[in-house]
Amino acid sequence: MKYLTFMSIGVFALLLIYAAYGLPYRGDPNALVNQEISLTGTPVASSYYIENAMKDANTPNMVTTVLGDYRAFDTLGEEVVIFAAGIICFLLLNRERKREARKQ
Amino acid sequence: MKHGSSSPIILLLSRVLSPYIMLFGMYVIFHGHYSPGGGFQGGALLASSIILIRIAMEEKVHQLHFNKAYGIPLGAVGVLIFFGVGFISLIMGGYFLDYSLLPFPGMITAELRFYGILLIEVGVGLAVMTILVAIYDNLLEEDDDESI
Repeated sequence: MKYLTFMSIGVFALLLIYAAYGLPYRGDPNALVNQEISLTGTPVASSYYIENAMKDANTPNMVTTVLGDYRAFDTLGEEVVIFAAGIICFLLLNRERKREARKQ
Repeated sequence: MKHGSSSPIILLLSRVLSPYIMLFGMYVIFHGHYSPGGGFQGGALLASSIILIRIAMEEKVHQLHFNKAYGIPLGAVGVLIFFGVGFISLIMGGYFLDYSLLPFPGMITAELRFYGILLIEVGVGLAVMTILVAIYDNLLEEDDDESI
């Protein structure tokens, strides 16, 4: 069983290394992710961000503008997820504590 | 889990390091417009500075600068800051989270969006800091109960 585990890990590692050879180089202008027109024929949003992020929000950091302005609804969702995690932790652990205190 | 450490090196170093980590967290939040950073990263740094004191100090001291009872309410305040900024722009006649309609007088659209991003980063940082500290406190409480 242990040999099977190591063999499957090795095969998976070789598969990943093989797949990494198919990736485009970083900053390659001919790669599909850097094209202005996507595969389905529609224009992609990133060229708009690169051209207009400084003009729209007066912010040199493009990533902040995308996260905080263009995609702010997504950031709101992330924050609500963190808040939900905290409040679920609070509810579960504290209720357990109260139940134990009542028993004694 | 045993509170506090008896080693004077740990006590001194945690006391010296904690304010600097907190200052760096503030820098990461408020300088996020010009350098890598933002609310999530800065909030995690602020939480780490508080949790460092909670791990190192004894039980009488470790809640003096951030009480356990404020954890969840301040997290709710952080989420409400974010939601409120979006809702104000909705009330002023725009879309949800459209910062160009925030009611700050004498600013052009780009500046309004700049300060709108700053406001929501502060909200995110507050929520992340308080929620991480609250999760740590609740887990520690549970651990104390089992050991008794």
